[in-house]
Amino acid sequence: MAAPILRCARAGRCWSLGSRPRRTRALFAEPVPGRVREQSSAAAHEWAAVVGLEIHAQISSNSKLFSGSQVSFLAPPNSSVSFFDASLPGTLPVLNRRCVKAAVMTGLALNCTVNKKSLFDRKHYFYADLPAGYQITQQRLPIAVNGCLTYSLSVGAHWSPSATKTVRIKQIQLEQDSGKSLHDDTRSQTLIDLNRAEGQLRVDANVSVHHPGEPLGVRTEVKNLNSIRFLAKAIDYEIQRQIEELRNGGKILNETRAFDEKLGCTVSMRDKEGKQDYRFMPEPNLPPLILYDAESLPTAADPQQVVNIDWIRERLPELPSVTRGRLVEQYGILPEHSFALLNEDGLLEFFQTVMKETRAEPKKVIGWILSTFLGYLKQRNLAVSESPISPSSLAELLSLVDSKVISLPAAKQVFEELWQNQGKTTGQIIQEKKLELLQNQEELEEICQAVLAEHPQEVMAVKKGNQKVVNKLIGMVRRATEGRADPIRIKQILEKQLQ
Amino acid sequence: MWRRTLRAALRAGLSPGTTGAVAEARAARVGSSRFAGSDSGKAEGPSPGGRVSAELIEHLERLALVDFRNREGVARLQAAIEFAGQLRAVDTDGVVPMESVLEDRCLYLRADDVVEDSCVEALLQNSQWTVEEYFVAPPGNITLPKQSEQDPVTES
Repeated sequence: MAAPILRCARAGRCWSLGSRPRRTRALFAEPVPGRVREQSSAAAHEWAAVVGLEIHAQISSNSKLFSGSQVSFLAPPNSSVSFFDASLPGTLPVLNRRCVKAAVMTGLALNCTVNKKSLFDRKHYFYADLPAGYQITQQRLPIAVNGCLTYSLSVGAHWSPSATKTVRIKQIQLEQDSGKSLHDDTRSQTLIDLNRAEGQLRVDANVSVHHPGEPLGVRTEVKNLNSIRFLAKAIDYEIQRQIEELRNGGKILNETRAFDEKLGCTVSMRDKEGKQDYRFMPEPNLPPLILYDAESLPTAADPQQVVNIDWIRERLPELPSVTRGRLVEQYGILPEHSFALLNEDGLLEFFQTVMKETRAEPKKVIGWILSTFLGYLKQRNLAVSESPISPSSLAELLSLVDSKVISLPAAKQVFEELWQNQGKTTGQIIQEKKLELLQNQEELEEICQAVLAEHPQEVMAVKKGNQKVVNKLIGMVRRATEGRADPIRIKQILEKQLQ
Repeated sequence: MWRRTLRAALRAGLSPGTTGAVAEARAARVGSSRFAGSDSGKAEGPSPGGRVSAELIEHLERLALVDFRNREGVARLQAAIEFAGQLRAVDTDGVVPMESVLEDRCLYLRADDVVEDSCVEALLQNSQWTVEEYFVAPPGNITLPKQSEQDPVTES
């Protein structure tokens, strides 16, 4: 237990539609039968949905938030649990400096105001994986507030660089994680492991609907969302469910609902206890957390005991939006490519290494990396780090294509061979499979001439003005050369010969 | 906790500007009203001098998992609420609440080192029933029986 967790709550507004996807924005108005639709009655039937996300992200640290137990990964049950984590009487929480820094970094990266003073609270509820009966969190005055995150939308299969959206970050808070429960329904028992809960990133959605201009509606919390796709589905479903319920004269209960993946709907999780009353109270064992900046830093301070926001800000790694801008400028690639490069672990470094070692144009390299290379990885469910092809090999291959030693289709063949990772170099494969482009002009001309001689009808068609037949002839020449001739050169030669 | 605080307050005299125990009690009152996290719809608190409703008792019992629904228990609760209500006589306008008696202390920051070894044997000894180094709990929370299912309440 007491593993560190960062929580950020985000509030956003979106308009709701019937069954149309949430991406398009329009107002939904019901016609009043038998009457001219007046402005006011139409407005009364419009709905606006408000969605907030609670994102729980586990901090990457060696020890837990409030105890010196190891943040374990796949450790035996209850093997990294200290007396404090087991909530034994007489134990006290001791805050982990690394977690504070991580929270400040997150706040700065998300454009938040970092609170120089933040407080810890207790949130009380009963559950077997929470032996203390409360969770230490930061509800009233968290470590960072009022941030924002800008992102781009993809419309269909393509990014639309103009569809940039901004979402508000309400707050970022440090909080304890609970333990892990394994439900054994056959024996009617639950097994508790207090190492920490599962999942390094969890999301809950809060959804409510209201008429524009009226106060916000009652919200429900939707849990058990295991992917972005289900998150979207669950939110869409819940918005519709609430609208239907209210339209039928019902009420929305302030409750927790679980998303059922199979049925694609949310179901009430309320147990007979009724609504939760968390009885928030200040955590009596922790003084306020004070952070400093360059101005307020006390002079004789122990550096191990002070967290300096400005110091952290200076050492923030380059943020993704800055990286993307730099890539577009440096390599002349499209913004959507920069997104794709950053979305896959290690892909950016791979691309940059290839670029360093090849003469090929960035646009061509990007094409190979994002479609061919990434395609192969995804098909075999591999990470970039597990790629059998090194950036140097790919760079070599692309240089050969660029200098027209081999054709594009031939390169794809070589790529396939390299992927098998049988220890052969690019050069060896090309030689073995005889994939080098025919460079000899005379040889090419001979082959073209032969093809033309064998197909007099097509030659006639071209001379009469049918240009499409030229492509057919090119295809025949390519087949005759077993794919070893550059189509562009073939075309040039044929056109000369056909005059 | 209420009792100790209030006794100290009485000793010190309930006059404005008294620090310490009264401030702590004051903070507890202000603190509870500032928390927005608890959801709406919980049972209404008692009016000063009024009775504690059966609904509130049930709500409190559910929250605290303490069964105090006998004549003596409810009477004691009633008395405690009335006693604490005297705090409203204190004028706290413009006074910043003290959230913690530790507010002037430095929050110690621990280095991110693993200093605790596994003590799983010692921990599991605390539990009567374990399964392969897991603690065992009943499935889900055990619900309190509803008011109607219990023996008739002596106070309503």
